[in-house]
Amino acid sequence: MYLATLLVLVAIPILAAIFGQPFWVNAATRIVIYGIVAMSLDLIVGYGAMVSFGHAAFFALGGYVAGILLTNGIDSAFVTWPAAMLAAALLAAGVGALSLRTSGVYFIMITLAFGQMVYYASVGLKMFGGTDGLPVPARSTLPLIDLRDATVFYIVCTVVLVAFFVIASRLVESRFGMVVRGAAESERRMTALGFPVARYRLVAFVIAGAVAGLAGALWADFSRFVSPDMASWTRSGEFLVMVILGGIGSLAGGLYGAAVLTGFESLFSGFTEHWMLVLGIVLILIVLFAKRGIYGVLAGRRHD
Amino acid sequence: MTEPLLAVRGLRKAFGALIVTDKLDFDLAAGETLAIIGPNGAGKTTLIAQLAGDVRPDAGTIALNGRPIVHEPADVRARLGIARSFQITTVVPTFSAEDNVALAVQSRTAMQMHFWQPARADERLREPARAALERVGLSARAGVRASDLSHGEARALEIAMALACRPMVMLLDEPMAGMGHDESRAMIDLLRTIKTETTMVLIEHDMDAVAQLADRVMVLVAGRAVASGAYDDVRRDPVVRDAYLGEN
Repeated sequence: MYLATLLVLVAIPILAAIFGQPFWVNAATRIVIYGIVAMSLDLIVGYGAMVSFGHAAFFALGGYVAGILLTNGIDSAFVTWPAAMLAAALLAAGVGALSLRTSGVYFIMITLAFGQMVYYASVGLKMFGGTDGLPVPARSTLPLIDLRDATVFYIVCTVVLVAFFVIASRLVESRFGMVVRGAAESERRMTALGFPVARYRLVAFVIAGAVAGLAGALWADFSRFVSPDMASWTRSGEFLVMVILGGIGSLAGGLYGAAVLTGFESLFSGFTEHWMLVLGIVLILIVLFAKRGIYGVLAGRRHD
Repeated sequence: MTEPLLAVRGLRKAFGALIVTDKLDFDLAAGETLAIIGPNGAGKTTLIAQLAGDVRPDAGTIALNGRPIVHEPADVRARLGIARSFQITTVVPTFSAEDNVALAVQSRTAMQMHFWQPARADERLREPARAALERVGLSARAGVRASDLSHGEARALEIAMALACRPMVMLLDEPMAGMGHDESRAMIDLLRTIKTETTMVLIEHDMDAVAQLADRVMVLVAGRAVASGAYDDVRRDPVVRDAYLGEN
């Protein structure tokens, strides 16, 4: 199934060229960037039972950091992307240190609150465009690779996605991952064994935040525009919907969820502005009948 | 005189007006097995929880090897060598038995985070984990999800996890609870082999088990130690018979 997914990702720019539909590449880039965010969110939601409703904050911060650097003429991707990750990681460390004292619904609410703080901060920062957002003058640059080319940029985003998928897959099966997963099911037991559970969770939270920040930087490059909308709570909600649609705790599901959500939007938003209604029904059906989401449907009933 | 492994002084805990631990003093010598008995609501589990760090006492001190630990949280105490089993089996339900014990082995290096090597392929974790499962007779069930184990097997799994931590002291909260007669017998036999190599605090209602396992028995009633000594002496103590065994 992973191979099939990879083949589809590779086939998209080829098919787009054959059929003369360059729009497909842009749509796919969008899905891939959202997929990275959803995958990073699944790392903490699906494996750590940390249901963060503020993940868009890290996405937005990464976008703004890259956007501001680019506005000031700093355009090396070796600067803009790591800077976005670092800033998002620092924010995640702060948010996580405070939020992870709580769990369950309280954790959802407090991460939502932090997300809203970032949203209003971005609205309030007039020097960075306030509600109007910040146009980004140019994409980040890499030596030898022309990121201005839509297909090249798509390929780079896909490489980031696949690289993160591989890293995250190792992470959840590592000693570190086993502790985070164990604590998701029995925090008591992991504490009684001597694991500093809060510290493990914080590290996972920071990793997820940093990757969302990188995705935000890619988004700033891609759309050449960052705005408070990136940090809105509805965006956080969409990322969570992608994770649930795609299959909680499957990593790859994040990409499928991103594809379906984006597909739904473009399919149904033409007919009705209430396309979310259709999505809501699908979401309810998934939660009731296919708890492991699209990933579960594709992977069949091999596990569990 | 050698220093006790565990020294408890003036321990006190109240939930509102209900006093569950009342100025408790006791020592635990290295290698000793102490059974704590008493009627329901005597404060046995709360005492274990205070020793393990899950419940903060209102007053008093606890020292492990002379080191005060009463202000340390549960995970720190576990790293210092206190392992425990819970009254209600507490393991990671979707992990296999071997995964669970491997986590216990890993807990010896709980402060080190390794992000890359697959934990399930790590023989430094798996080999000791299988050895601990072997000790408790669960070798054949190593790959079974913890939630699919029978009640008795899950209790044994918790013992294997405590063993794999190589603790200085094991706190066992009713390891025989809810077991059938045969399972209980097997658990008693198992604990008899373990007690020779570790220090144990055991809460138990099964007097048969207490008689066979305990070097010393402490009787708790309403949070107070009303008697302490060898099983046979305690059993004959009129205060105990009156308060606990309900005779007289």
